[in-house]
Amino acid sequence: MLKLEKVSVNLGTSKILDKINLEIPANKITTIIGPSGAGKSTLLRLFNRLVSPAEGKITFKGKNIEEVDVIQLRNRVGMVFQLPVLFPGTVLDNLSYGPSLKGVREDDYALYCLKLVGLDKSFAEKDVSSLSGGEQQRVSLARTLANKPEVLLLDEPTSALDPASTEHIEKTICQLKSSLNLTIIWITHDLNQAKRVSDYVVFLAGGKVIEAGTKEQLFSNPKEKLTKLFLAGQLAEKRRDNP
Amino acid sequence: MMSLLSLTLTSSLILIPLIISKKQGLKLEADILVGTIRAVLQLALVGFILKVVFGINDWKLTLAILLVMIFNAAFNGAKRGKGIPGIFPLVIFAISSSTAFTLLILVSVKALSFQPAEVIPVGGMIIGNSMIACSLTTNRLREEIKTKKLEIEARLALGATPSQAVKDPIRLAIRTGMIPTTDTMKTLGIVQLPGMMTGLILAGTNPMEAIKYQLMVMFMLSAAVSISCMILGFLLGRKFFNAAFQLNDNLL
Ligand SMILES: Nc1ncnc2c1ncn2[C@@H]1O[C@H](COP(=O)(O)OP(=O)(O)OP(=O)(O)O)[C@@H](O)[C@H]1O
Ligand SMILES: [Mg+2]
Repeated sequence: MLKLEKVSVNLGTSKILDKINLEIPANKITTIIGPSGAGKSTLLRLFNRLVSPAEGKITFKGKNIEEVDVIQLRNRVGMVFQLPVLFPGTVLDNLSYGPSLKGVREDDYALYCLKLVGLDKSFAEKDVSSLSGGEQQRVSLARTLANKPEVLLLDEPTSALDPASTEHIEKTICQLKSSLNLTIIWITHDLNQAKRVSDYVVFLAGGKVIEAGTKEQLFSNPKEKLTKLFLAGQLAEKRRDNP
Repeated sequence: MMSLLSLTLTSSLILIPLIISKKQGLKLEADILVGTIRAVLQLALVGFILKVVFGINDWKLTLAILLVMIFNAAFNGAKRGKGIPGIFPLVIFAISSSTAFTLLILVSVKALSFQPAEVIPVGGMIIGNSMIACSLTTNRLREEIKTKKLEIEARLALGATPSQAVKDPIRLAIRTGMIPTTDTMKTLGIVQLPGMMTGLILAGTNPMEAIKYQLMVMFMLSAAVSISCMILGFLLGRKFFNAAFQLNDNLL
């Protein structure tokens, strides 16, 4: 579905990703795990061209993404960020933002997306400032779905949420995979979450893919020493949000 | 008419801030002295040039002087946008458009005649105010994009073009550029008599006549300022992005 060949990324003066080779399978959940600062977010942002590679090639269904119109690419490859950034206004305003950019207004589909993320119709007219953190993240997910993407990029979507909201969003996303036929790339720092949701797992450290494989391979039978250390919790993971 | 002797005597007023600065250790003596000398020299020079230009009364020369003023104003106005590609030509474009448009209206309704003695001082006001407006707009736009970075990226990720993604910051920046003008309009004549009107009255113009001019100035400045802010705001928003519609971090 998505393929990276020898992709490197420089930000400022430092090399953030180094000759990454990776293939993301269609209609599966691929999780990306790795220590803080490994380059996970940067890797994810390559797929919707929020970041461009210094070298290498990225293809989407066989086509170089630099040759796809960037607006079209971002419609087909949607993204949900760690913190839900909702736009001022009502929930429905947020859900109709993406379609409205294309001159489309589909309230029915917007409400359907709201239902998919487990919020009922009464939320549509609510002001976003009145929502809880978990509800906001669900709206943010629904807003991305309203664009009818084929690929969903998730950058630690539950790391700022309480356990109940986390479980709810997690289940919702796993159901979306089959109900909407989505290919999902999901960054998480919660290894238990990765074990619950993944089909495939990519372990990233120091800007390199150390190991990638099916969930069973990577968690039960890791080959690389670095992977074993990380899974044993012995690779220091310093995080900004919970020191 | 003020005699040169009266003016010289008035200049002794400068001693007051000098003495205060000395006594209180404000260390402003050098600034005050340099400022005073510069003001005297610059104004004397401008007065001399204006006298010559008004005497020659040639439209080409008048136009050339307006252009020099616009160039200088744009240079100053663009300082706030350091690093933004093409900021200087954009500010020149914004200021010249607003100046050309407002002067054209004023001349065509015969509020002014196209003579250096009228067009240069009035043009100077338009250009000066447009410059401040451009500076405020640029500054606010950059700040706004910086603080709303996450929101802007969320919009881009949903398929927004750069112009669509910075619609709100642009609106706020334009507003910020226009605020000094609208605020002045509201307090005009209550807090202070505007400089131009005071000048006309001191020079012997009947107050009702002076007020007519002052109103014209207010109308023209609000038009000029809004034109500059609009043009600059809309053209500048896109400059914060690269060709792949990514926010350019180095500019923030
Ligand atoms: N704009 C930038 N300029 C320079 N360096 C950057 C920039 N953005 C990120 N970096 C650096 O790139 C590295 C990788 O960042 P990235 O956000 O991709 O890591 P991550 O794996 O997502 O980390 P985390 O788990 O903390 O979110 C970090 O060392 C970071 O400091
Ligand atoms: Mg990250």
